[in-house]
Amino acid sequence: MAARADGASAPFLPRIARVRSRRRETHDTWSLALDAAGMAGEPGQFNMLYAFGIGEIPVSVSSDAAATGPLVHTIRAVGAVSEALAALRPGAALGLRGPFGTTWPLAEAAGGDLVIVAGGLGLAPLRGAIRRALAERGRYGRIAVLYGTRSPADILYRSEVERWRRLDVEVAVTVDHADQRWHGNVGVVTKLIGRAGFAAAHATAFVCGPEIMMRFTASALEAAGIAPARIHLSLERNMKCAVGQCGRCQFGGSLICRDGAVMRYDRVRPLLTIREL
Amino acid sequence: MAEREAEHSDDAAVINRAGVAALLQALVDSGHHLVGPTVRDGAIIYTDITGLTDLPQGWTDRQAGGSYRLERRGDAALFGYAATPQSWKRFLHLPTVRLWRAERTDDGFAISEAPEPARKIALIAARACDLQAIAIQDRVLQGGRYPDPGYAARRRDIFVVAVNCGSAGGTCFCVSMQTGPRVRSGFDLALTELIDGDRHEFLVEVGSPGGAALLAQLPRRRAGGDDVAAAAAVVARTAAAMGRAMPRPADVPALLRRNLEHPRWEAVADRCLSCANCTMVCPTCFCTSVEDTISLDGRTAERVQRWDSCFTMDFSHVHGGSVRASPRSRYRQWMTHKLSTWWEQFGTSGCVGCGRCITWCPVGIDITEEVAAIAASDGAGGARGTP
Repeated sequence: MAARADGASAPFLPRIARVRSRRRETHDTWSLALDAAGMAGEPGQFNMLYAFGIGEIPVSVSSDAAATGPLVHTIRAVGAVSEALAALRPGAALGLRGPFGTTWPLAEAAGGDLVIVAGGLGLAPLRGAIRRALAERGRYGRIAVLYGTRSPADILYRSEVERWRRLDVEVAVTVDHADQRWHGNVGVVTKLIGRAGFAAAHATAFVCGPEIMMRFTASALEAAGIAPARIHLSLERNMKCAVGQCGRCQFGGSLICRDGAVMRYDRVRPLLTIREL
Repeated sequence: MAEREAEHSDDAAVINRAGVAALLQALVDSGHHLVGPTVRDGAIIYTDITGLTDLPQGWTDRQAGGSYRLERRGDAALFGYAATPQSWKRFLHLPTVRLWRAERTDDGFAISEAPEPARKIALIAARACDLQAIAIQDRVLQGGRYPDPGYAARRRDIFVVAVNCGSAGGTCFCVSMQTGPRVRSGFDLALTELIDGDRHEFLVEVGSPGGAALLAQLPRRRAGGDDVAAAAAVVARTAAAMGRAMPRPADVPALLRRNLEHPRWEAVADRCLSCANCTMVCPTCFCTSVEDTISLDGRTAERVQRWDSCFTMDFSHVHGGSVRASPRSRYRQWMTHKLSTWWEQFGTSGCVGCGRCITWCPVGIDITEEVAAIAASDGAGGARGTP
């Protein structure tokens, strides 16, 4: 049976990918570069990654499919599956289904300023979009990356974030808890919005982080003048099938695997304030 | 199976008990496994049957919120009962199904599909609500971009013998959901049981070419106008006897959307046990989980898909805990999904009005009553907030 690239004819069947290289990002987070012929994913999309005999989890794409180079997934080891995946060594096999879900609307953002706001591990799903935007830098006005994380030790892609600063990107990082060597911003990421230079009337925002962070960030971006329809969030719910059939990733009338994970703020705003939705 | 609307058409016929026996035998002879109603463990259930003698002749059920009792009828009706505890879901969207197996190799592992061969089954005595439920699961499980191959294979070859309900169950509300009691589509043959004094016959209507071909093999007579009228009267009597109704079903999706913080959710949570019975008996609830297992020697692994329920804590677990930790939020998820957000997800209601969730709720929570309570104080709890 000839499978479509996205596995539509056998949606539950993982294909085998291999770890090309593995890189430690923080004390509990690793990035895996994969050899996964024909399987990639656009920035904003996710793949289902399977560790043999342990289980499968959704992990967002952290690379830019338009660039040469491997598919990259950044994994925080917090459960049985993510620990097993993060521990895989170069050459090891893993299962992969995907890519699934919606993408960051980079084409829509072209011609205006791009404001990217990340909270914690939320930088991982945005990394591919940032890399794409930098690869086609001329298509955007100002680009701002506002990144909030728990502590200086939790900063993801540290050297790459420094490199972004040198590539005509306004990068601002803030931490919840500083250490003695930190001389940067302290506090929630929303505090960076007012200081970022962007022309709100033609700006597009991509936001990813904990749901409560996204809710307040989107609200602050709207207050700063960005139209709600131009603010995009990447939402998260439990997920098993990734193909709209297990029912677990419901967010109101949306299935996050199918209608998200990247969704427009104006469409989800009323639901963000409902507790335990 | 044809999707055309059945009318009391020229090709309708009348058969007797022997005709029903011949119908079942003809299906067996053409390679079908019969799945139909029989009495077991104090209930009428759908299971594998062999022929006419397995049917629940002379039995009916008395259903109410949290209550189901079998009773003898005063006649020999074959189909004189209402919704069974479990629906046909058990045979099409299987409670557990192995999705694949994986085996260690020298340089990693290999994954292979291990499909269980689909049986060619005939559904005997499917009701209008049942057929609507199958149509809804079709949309969910094979109507999108990624059809479930196992479901599609099981679904493809079913032969459906439908039955128009001869009496309303104690918890049914199909009339208000516009899903019954008369079957409209999704069947090969449809029977209406006609019992009057010594008369015990069945009007047979044709819903597909396959149904017509099968009917042609049976001892039968051509239906007359009085037969057709008698069958219509049976359905009309059933509809008129229905004791429950979903209040203004067309308004319910919007009603629930704007009442997500209604105090009634707290009130129902005080009674709800989060037992998941409603989701297990619901003919449309489709949610699943998967279990990954590995052999003791570490060489082989497999993934099994199982029915799951939005009433479990695990269902909404993400890093940090369950999104829906309170019973209030879990009941709200179930009911708003069924009646409201299902429309946005799949373009249809997720409720067919079969009443199973009412009957099999241990504390008798009635979905129609909960909707009515919210409708009666629409807007209580305030409009949805803003950030």
